[in-house]
Amino acid sequence: MSPKQESLIWIAQRGSAMVLIIGLIVHLGAIIAAVQGGISAAEISGRMNGHTGWFVFYLCFLVAVSIHAPIGLRSILIEVTSLPNRSVGLISLLLAVMILAPGLRAIFGLYGVEW
Amino acid sequence: MKQQDENPKHLTVKVWRGTAQGEFQTYQVPRRDNQTVLDVVTHIQRHIDPGLSYRYACRVGMCGSCAMTVNGKPRWTCRTHVSKVTEGDTLEISPLRNHQVIKDLSVDMTEFFDKWARAEGAFVATKTRNDDFEAILPTDKQRKIASAGIECIGCGVCYSACDVVDWKKEYLGPAALNRAWTLVNDVRDGGMTVRLQSIAGDAGCHACHSQQGCVEGCPKHLNPTAAIAGLKRRAAIAVLKGEL
Repeated sequence: MSPKQESLIWIAQRGSAMVLIIGLIVHLGAIIAAVQGGISAAEISGRMNGHTGWFVFYLCFLVAVSIHAPIGLRSILIEVTSLPNRSVGLISLLLAVMILAPGLRAIFGLYGVEW
Repeated sequence: MKQQDENPKHLTVKVWRGTAQGEFQTYQVPRRDNQTVLDVVTHIQRHIDPGLSYRYACRVGMCGSCAMTVNGKPRWTCRTHVSKVTEGDTLEISPLRNHQVIKDLSVDMTEFFDKWARAEGAFVATKTRNDDFEAILPTDKQRKIASAGIECIGCGVCYSACDVVDWKKEYLGPAALNRAWTLVNDVRDGGMTVRLQSIAGDAGCHACHSQQGCVEGCPKHLNPTAAIAGLKRRAAIAVLKGEL
């Protein structure tokens, strides 16, 4: 990787971490609040369905996770395996898609948009 | 020998003998007040085993020549008192980790200093002798940041303590990156762009895990981890400005 690419990856990881700090607090807070009366699919659906605020929040949260986690995995793979950088990049990209695709489906589904 | 008889207390010292392949050899060394680890090694070489190889020069913590691994941790031996590091009455002394061993306790520091050059650790002058001095206030923010890192004596303790150097042989290491950081903050220096190109690649600042082994080990109480974090931020700013 060139110095420019390495620096851009660093910016992406730190930027996504900043979003995750706030996102995780809200996410964990929502979970704690949701389980007070016993958690159910209907309760989650009731909170999320058609609510644009929660939709935007979880969209940002999901994008941040799908950026942050693959970059972390990339660093680990570079250090502990002898895989070439290209393969490490592809594996990390695959993880990003594996987080992003089902996550988007769930968020859109809960918002009320089937796809 | 007279002094040795008057002080019956002895240290049991295990010293690495050989190169990458070798074994620990055990010596009995008389215990003395205010004895340093370098004193112990010197006693072995002068009175017990003249074939022991080690390196030192100033003996007062200035030259950075005498660093060794003492009871598992890298230390400058001339300023390390035996009383501070002994476990019982035993010492285990081996060469610095992450360096090629020449013989016994002497290591080859070529790679260590080559990495300073690779990190563009040389000052790039922007003025000639015919120009006026650059006026820099001691209170200047950038000067303070640079001054915080300039007391490095090049002993290699941080490099030896660094696990990333151990995993990733091409990693520039804490000392070279700390040197680069002092120059990045030196307003008189003209090598910024080339230097950032050199330190922001695969083997540069982004490889650091911020474990701070270098900070714990540095005998001059410098903070290379903070310097490396600063380089990451400076490289990011350079990329966003289109300078990298």
